[in-house]
Amino acid sequence: MSTTVQEPAVQTSDEAILGFVDCDVHPYTKTPADLDAFLPERWRKLRHSIGNRSRSSFVGAPNYPRMSPGVGMRMDSWPKDGGHPGSDLAMMREQLLDAFAVSYGMMMPLLGRGGDERNVEFGAALCSAANDWEAQVWCDNEPRLKAAIQITTEYTEAAIKEIEKRAGDRRFTHVMIPPRGLEPLGRRRYWPILEACAANGFPIALHLGGTSGHPSTGGGWPSFYHEEHPSYPQSKEALVTSLVTEGVFEHLPNLRVALVEGGFAWLPSLSWRLDKHYQRLREEVPHLKMLPSEYIRRNIWVTTQPIEEPEHPEDLITTCEWIGWDRIMFSTDYPHWDQDDPRYAFKVKVPEKEKRMLYRENALSFYNLEA
Amino acid sequence: MARHVVATVGEIPPGGKKVVNPAGREICVYNVNGEHYALINRCPHEGAALSYGHVLGCFESKRPGEYQLTRKGEMLRCPWHGWEFDIKTGQSWCHPESVKARTYKVEVVPGELLAKGPFVAETVQVKIDGEYVVVEV
Repeated sequence: MSTTVQEPAVQTSDEAILGFVDCDVHPYTKTPADLDAFLPERWRKLRHSIGNRSRSSFVGAPNYPRMSPGVGMRMDSWPKDGGHPGSDLAMMREQLLDAFAVSYGMMMPLLGRGGDERNVEFGAALCSAANDWEAQVWCDNEPRLKAAIQITTEYTEAAIKEIEKRAGDRRFTHVMIPPRGLEPLGRRRYWPILEACAANGFPIALHLGGTSGHPSTGGGWPSFYHEEHPSYPQSKEALVTSLVTEGVFEHLPNLRVALVEGGFAWLPSLSWRLDKHYQRLREEVPHLKMLPSEYIRRNIWVTTQPIEEPEHPEDLITTCEWIGWDRIMFSTDYPHWDQDDPRYAFKVKVPEKEKRMLYRENALSFYNLEA
Repeated sequence: MARHVVATVGEIPPGGKKVVNPAGREICVYNVNGEHYALINRCPHEGAALSYGHVLGCFESKRPGEYQLTRKGEMLRCPWHGWEFDIKTGQSWCHPESVKARTYKVEVVPGELLAKGPFVAETVQVKIDGEYVVVEV
């Protein structure tokens, strides 16, 4: 290669970006103690005496170190007066919401760890507290931010109760489920939860994360974060495959699922492989009435970050065509270190109509948001 | 092109940096082991302000299991995605041939020469007996 790049090569114009819907925004508490106010006394006490017990190797630290402090935050996102990145609304406005006149920010909070908690009653209480915190601390002060309903999939009754409790509250737009659970999400024991999502009109955001206790890759525990990071898409591949082959989308044809923070270029090849197997193994899954790729095309949406950067940038356009431009939604992942800037994430020019779809229209429709 | 006085010598300690804005262009001046270098404050990848990044050395390895920390204080890591740049040349570690953060010519000029011009003295007050960091933009 001979061209020397000194500036981001392709800039998506402001006009296309202004008013975009950010499908992955992370709000944080200033300190972990901020969540206490939203917990009933029993659980507040337990949180301080026993604390979290997840299935992860460590308490209070990820399995793999990150590239920057605060479990991998972009380094210009630390508020000057203290607190965690993503905890200061004024700064979030300055760096994201106002900077790009964001229409909506879909919150994917990663705190409380209710979904990972082994004491499922405590886990359910943590989820509920974090949901109240999202609604009161964030949505009530910044209506552009939309709240995720956090649940623990290991306590079905509590999860359904939480989903039903938030139904009709326009601050909540989606149910957030981490892809790394004890079992693949399509298993029958999770169906009541999936049914509750569909019945209440909530799409599901599968945002990377969760601690299953299983190795994060199909080949065992990785050594490096460099290995761990590509395992996020692997967990999503496993879940898409599970949801399709278990017949979830046959049972719940209206269930909408967004894959958040796993990139997307891998999805076409998974679809091809599943279709190939269907022609040979259909007898094992006779409940499937369509090709796996047709369920994926109907029920699965993807978000862009961390966007793939192929050697030939134009290949990304072909990939988007394979997936379907109407199924791709832009996400930044603010304030994480591997977040994408809406102006520079695509290293190739996206056609105008498709740009409007991926930056805005698809998400408005997926999350039932007012234009 | 004009030459802009952006700092006094000694103002930026070795390992330190200063963000300056001559001619409306945000530039970060680094002191690497006593020498001054200037890079545009903008990553060629996705546009992050490079000045928030850590100044580090370079980890190199001849073979798995052997590691060496070299070039201490000469590398800059982008505050977003961690791309590494050579502060002296602006070259990206992973794509030295094709990706480069823009560099600017920096020199140290004694105050007595500055008095003769033509220099733009930004926010730095120039005294005859001082030494100054000058960036050409």
